[in-house]
Amino acid sequence: MRLLDIFASSRPKGSSAIAKERLQILVAHDRTERGRPSYLPTLQRELLEVIRKYADVDMNAVSVSYEQEDSREILELNIILPETARR
Amino acid sequence: MARIIVITSGKGGVGKTTTSAALAMGLAQRGSRTAVVDFDVGLRNLDLIMGCERRVVYDFINVINGEASLNQALIRDRRCDDLFVLPASQTRDKEALTKEGVGKVLDDLSQTFDYVVCDSPAGIEHGATMAMYYADDAVVVTNPEVSSVRDSDRMLGILASKSRRAETGNEPIREYLLLTRYSPERVANGEMLGLEDVQEILSLDLLGVIPESMSVLNASNAGIPVILDSESDAGQAYGDMVARYLGEELPHRFLEVRKKGLFSRFFKE
Repeated sequence: MRLLDIFASSRPKGSSAIAKERLQILVAHDRTERGRPSYLPTLQRELLEVIRKYADVDMNAVSVSYEQEDSREILELNIILPETARR
Repeated sequence: MARIIVITSGKGGVGKTTTSAALAMGLAQRGSRTAVVDFDVGLRNLDLIMGCERRVVYDFINVINGEASLNQALIRDRRCDDLFVLPASQTRDKEALTKEGVGKVLDDLSQTFDYVVCDSPAGIEHGATMAMYYADDAVVVTNPEVSSVRDSDRMLGILASKSRRAETGNEPIREYLLLTRYSPERVANGEMLGLEDVQEILSLDLLGVIPESMSVLNASNAGIPVILDSESDAGQAYGDMVARYLGEELPHRFLEVRKKGLFSRFFKE
């Protein structure tokens, strides 16, 4: 039994390193989600309604992103207008 | 005014009730009048861990609904005169815990107690949010395991955004980490997240590390808070936790693999 233990200990280290790596990614993702204002989805929908009055755009044409850096908060709107925007 | 402490985690089965019982008993043993309140409506367990399940007559919901007075519902601990248990209801639905009702009961407890320990149910639903809403301090109980650490982090987000202190713009809840079911052997073998790993992710004030221990199950079997088992490693670790909560600076114990002596090597404990 002792001899087997020696071989066992020469295997690569256990799974805790993987656990830590997965957690770090997951927690970072959770935290960015958490920082966002809860009104973002509604904002996106209402913006789209306004834009649709003037241009024929679909749901995917408006993207709203929100970033936090130290003391600044950046709300970025990206609207892709179709080539024939004027009706 | 009492200090309101919530014992929370997100994930179930990590040791919230064991910790609530230990912290409440520890504070009371040091002479502070302490009440420990079970927020797990429908699945109450605190009374079992405290060993007073046969003395429950009225519960938290009865008090909220005005069917019993606080004094009728509070159960005085037989081992420590300064400790009282407010059991949860076994049958009623969780919505009976209204924000106003809970606030009133905690306010009344605050008049006569030094500490109110709130034992939160698992999850992030109504019962858990009610348990943490009025808290001044939070002990986040975490196992060195991925889902527990993630849930703890999510709970930290909730503490920071949905508590009364957050809503009224007061000083935020003081958050502490308590790492439980820690096995130094498995950490050394690379099978379990170590204290440093968990701290790198959560970075909280560390209140204590409770080793995985037979004594926790023994204590719950007998209905005796494990902190009273001062011979055991977990009991001592909980004792240290209470001291640290009260401001003492103690080194963390039970983090290293215990070296086997010559005797136990031969006789394989």
